[in-house]
Amino acid sequence: MIVLWIVLALVVVVIGLVLVVRSRRRRPASPVLSAPRVAMPDVLVTQVAPRPEIDDGPGLDRRLAASRTIFDRVRSITSVGALSTEQLDVVEEVLLRSDVGVSTTNALLEQLRTDGAPAGVAGAIREALMSSLTADRSVRTRADEGRVPVWLFVGVNGVGKTTTIGKLAWHETQAGRSVVLAAGDTFRAAAADQLQLWADRTGADIVRAAEGADPGSVIHDALGRAQARHADLVLADTAGRRANSTNLLDELAKIRRVADRGPGQVVETFMVLDATTGQNALSQAREFLAAAEVTGIVLTKLDGTARGGIVVAIERELGIPVKFVGVGERAKDLLVFDPTAFVDSLLSA
Amino acid sequence: MFDSLSGRLERLGASLRSRGRLSDADLDEALAEVRHALLEADVELSVVRAFLDAVAERVRGENVAQSLTPGQHVIKAVHDQLVEVLGGSALKVVYAAKPPTVVLLAGLQGAGKTTTAAKLAAWFKQQGRQPYLVGTDLQRPAAVEQLRVLAASIGVDVYSDPSDPVSVARAGVAEALRLGRDVVIIDTAGRLAIDEALMAEVRAISAATSPHYTFLVIDAVTGQDAVHTARAFHESLELSGIVVTKLDYDARGGAVLSARGVVGRPVVFASTGEKIADFDLFHPDRMASRILGMGDIMSLIEQAERSMDPEAMAESAQRMMSGAFTLDDFMAQLNQIRRMGSLGGLMRLMPGMTRDMREAAKNVDDGQLNKIEAIIRSMTRLERRDPSIIDGSRRSRIAKGSGSSVTAVNQLLKQFDQMKKMMKQMGGGTMPSLPGGMGKMAQMAARGAAARGESLPAGFEALASGMKSGAPAPAPSGGAKGKKKKGGRVTPPKQR
Repeated sequence: MIVLWIVLALVVVVIGLVLVVRSRRRRPASPVLSAPRVAMPDVLVTQVAPRPEIDDGPGLDRRLAASRTIFDRVRSITSVGALSTEQLDVVEEVLLRSDVGVSTTNALLEQLRTDGAPAGVAGAIREALMSSLTADRSVRTRADEGRVPVWLFVGVNGVGKTTTIGKLAWHETQAGRSVVLAAGDTFRAAAADQLQLWADRTGADIVRAAEGADPGSVIHDALGRAQARHADLVLADTAGRRANSTNLLDELAKIRRVADRGPGQVVETFMVLDATTGQNALSQAREFLAAAEVTGIVLTKLDGTARGGIVVAIERELGIPVKFVGVGERAKDLLVFDPTAFVDSLLSA
Repeated sequence: MFDSLSGRLERLGASLRSRGRLSDADLDEALAEVRHALLEADVELSVVRAFLDAVAERVRGENVAQSLTPGQHVIKAVHDQLVEVLGGSALKVVYAAKPPTVVLLAGLQGAGKTTTAAKLAAWFKQQGRQPYLVGTDLQRPAAVEQLRVLAASIGVDVYSDPSDPVSVARAGVAEALRLGRDVVIIDTAGRLAIDEALMAEVRAISAATSPHYTFLVIDAVTGQDAVHTARAFHESLELSGIVVTKLDYDARGGAVLSARGVVGRPVVFASTGEKIADFDLFHPDRMASRILGMGDIMSLIEQAERSMDPEAMAESAQRMMSGAFTLDDFMAQLNQIRRMGSLGGLMRLMPGMTRDMREAAKNVDDGQLNKIEAIIRSMTRLERRDPSIIDGSRRSRIAKGSGSSVTAVNQLLKQFDQMKKMMKQMGGGTMPSLPGGMGKMAQMAARGAAARGESLPAGFEALASGMKSGAPAPAPSGGAKGKKKKGGRVTPPKQR
C-alpha cells in the first residue's frame, strides 16, 4: 500500500507548500513567486521575447552538414582489418543518429572491434546489423480448428494503430479473406469513426460500441460475429496507452485474455511503433511484451526522415521482429519488412 | 537513466570531494556520464556535442564555489546550461490588439495536435478568453469528429467544413471574428516535413490566416529525428514556439532539448497526460530540474493553487497542525488532489522522490484512490471521526463493505495514524522524518539554502525557505531542532 503513503505525503506536502507560498505572497517581498498570471497587456506583439540565440551557431550547423555525408565517410573507409578509433567514431555516429541507442551501438562497435573488417567497414557494419535481425518474421493467419484467428494491435498514442489496421484490412480483403474489425479503442474520441471509414473503404465488417464501453466486450462481440459469419480473421484495435502504467497494461492483458478465449485465438499481437520514436521504444516493447505477448512490430511512418533504428535494439534485446512497415498514407503503403532494405536505409541516414 | 543523472554525477563527485577542484580528467569523466545520459534521453548528437562544450566551458570558466562539491558544481553547470538551451524563461502569451489572436498548430502525424488544440483551448478559457477551434484536418478519417468531441467536453465551439483546409482555416477565422471570439486555434493535419505538397498546404493556411503564433507540436519520445522535423517546419513556417506532448511517457524528453536547440524558439506549452488539465505553460528551469531528477515544486504549487479551494485548504491545514485531522478531512483532501490531475503526474513533480516511489507513483490511478475512498466511505461517521474505536468486527465489516481486505483496512488505519502524528509534529515545529526519499527532500532543501548564493533552481529556494518558515513554530528554527531530534536525518539549513 505504498500508494497510500504517496497520497498522504502528497496531501501534506502540497497543502503545506501552498500555505507557505500563500502566506509569503501576502507579504510583498517575493518577486519570484508573485510574477506569474498577471493580466496580459492587450498589445499586438507577433514576435516572441528576444532570447539568447544558441541555435545555428557555427558548431551546430557545421556538424549537421557533416552528418549528411557521414555514410559517404563510412564508405570511404576502405581499410581492411582492424579499425582505427576515428573510424569507429564515424560508425558510432551513424548508429546513434539512426536511434539504434547507446548500448546497442556499443555492442555493435565491440563486435566490429573484435571481428575487424575483413571486407571493408561498410560491409562489416551491414553484417553486424543483419546479424541482429534474424528472428522469424512469418505472419500467422491460421488458428486451431474451429477457432477464429485474431490479430491484436497495441501501442502508445498516436503511432498509427487504427491506420495500420485499416491498411491490413485492405490487404487481407484483397487477398480474398473476410475480415471483421473490432473497434476496441473506446477511449479516444472518434476512434471508432476512424475505423468505420476504413471498414467502408475495404468492405470489412466492423463491430463497434459507444465511447467508454468496455473494449473486451467489443472484441468479444467481434469474435461472435466472426464465428457466425465464418470470417477468416479478426483485427482488434485497442486504445493507445503509455507503457509505464501498470493499470493500463493490466487492462491490455485482460483484453488479450478476452480475445484469446472462446472462439478467438490470438495468433499475432502487433506492437505498432512510430519510426520517429527514440529510446523510449525499448521500454514500450518490454512492457507490451510482458503484458500482451507481442509477437511482432509494425514500424510506421518510415516515409519520413526517421530511420527507426531502435527496432534493432528491440530485436537484439527482446527478440521481437519487425513484420510490417508503413511508408505512407495509402492502403498499399504497408509493406512486409525487408531487413536488407531496412539496413541500407539505416546506413544512408 | 536520465532520472538518475544527478545521482550519478553526485556519486562521481563524491570520489572527487576531497580534492576540491575538478581536474580535466575528472571533468572528462563527468562529461562522459552526461553524454551517455543525454544520448539515452534521445537528445540529438550534434545538440549533445554543443551542450557538452558549453558545460565544459561553464565549469572551467567559473570559480568553484566553496559550498559546492565538484559533483554539485558539474550538476549546477549542467542545470544552468539546460535552462539556457531550453529557453531561458517562459514565453508570455501576448494577445492581439485586434482580436482574434490566431494560433496555428502543426506537426507530424500522431504528435497529438488535435488533443493539444483542445487542451490549449481549455487553457485559454481558463485565462478568461473565449477560444474558438478550427479543424482543418480533413485528411485523417474522423479527425474533425475527434476535435468536436473533445471541444464539446470543454464547452468550446468548433468550425469545420468539408471544402479544403485553406478555405476552412480562412472561414474559421472569419467566423470567430463574427462571433466575437478572441482566440482562434487552428488544428492542421499531420504531415511529414519532407512532403512538399503538404508543407505547401500548411504554408497556404498560414498565409491565409496570418497567425500570431505558430506552434510545432512534438512528441516527447521522438528520437534523433526531432531535429530534422523541427528544422524543416521552422524553415517552412517560421515557428514562434514548440508544444511538447506526452511528457508523461518519459521524464527525459530529450526531443525537447533537440528541437529547442535547433530552432531557437522556446518550448511554450507541455502536455503531461491524457486529461485536459494535464497541460500548462512550459517552464525551462523546472524542466531542467526534472531532467536532473530534482523534482519541480513550483509547478506543483501552481497546479494546487489553481484547482484547490484555498479556504478549505487553510482550514484543513489548521486541523492538521493541531492534530484534529479526521478521515473526513483526509477524504476531502484526496478529492482536492484528484482535481489537480493524475497522481502519477503530480508525483513526478515532487523533489527528493526515490526511484521506488517514482515507480510506484506511476501506477497510482483513480482506481486505487477509489479503493481508499471506498474503505473510508464504508466507515460510520463516528468511526471516521475517531478511528481508534474500530475493533476487529468493525474492521471486517468495513472490509466487506468496501470490497477490500481486512489487511487493507488495517494498513490504511495504521498509516493514517502515523501520518497524523507526523502532522502534529510539524505543527509543533519539528521536521517530520518521512519514509524513504521524503526525508531527502529536507536535505535537498537544506542544500538549496546552503547554495542560495549560487542560485540553485528557484523551486528549491522556495522549498528551503518553506521548510524554514513553513512551520509556524514556537522554536525559532524547525530545521535546527529537527536535527537534534532525528539524529542527522534532517540537515538544517545553514545559518548565515
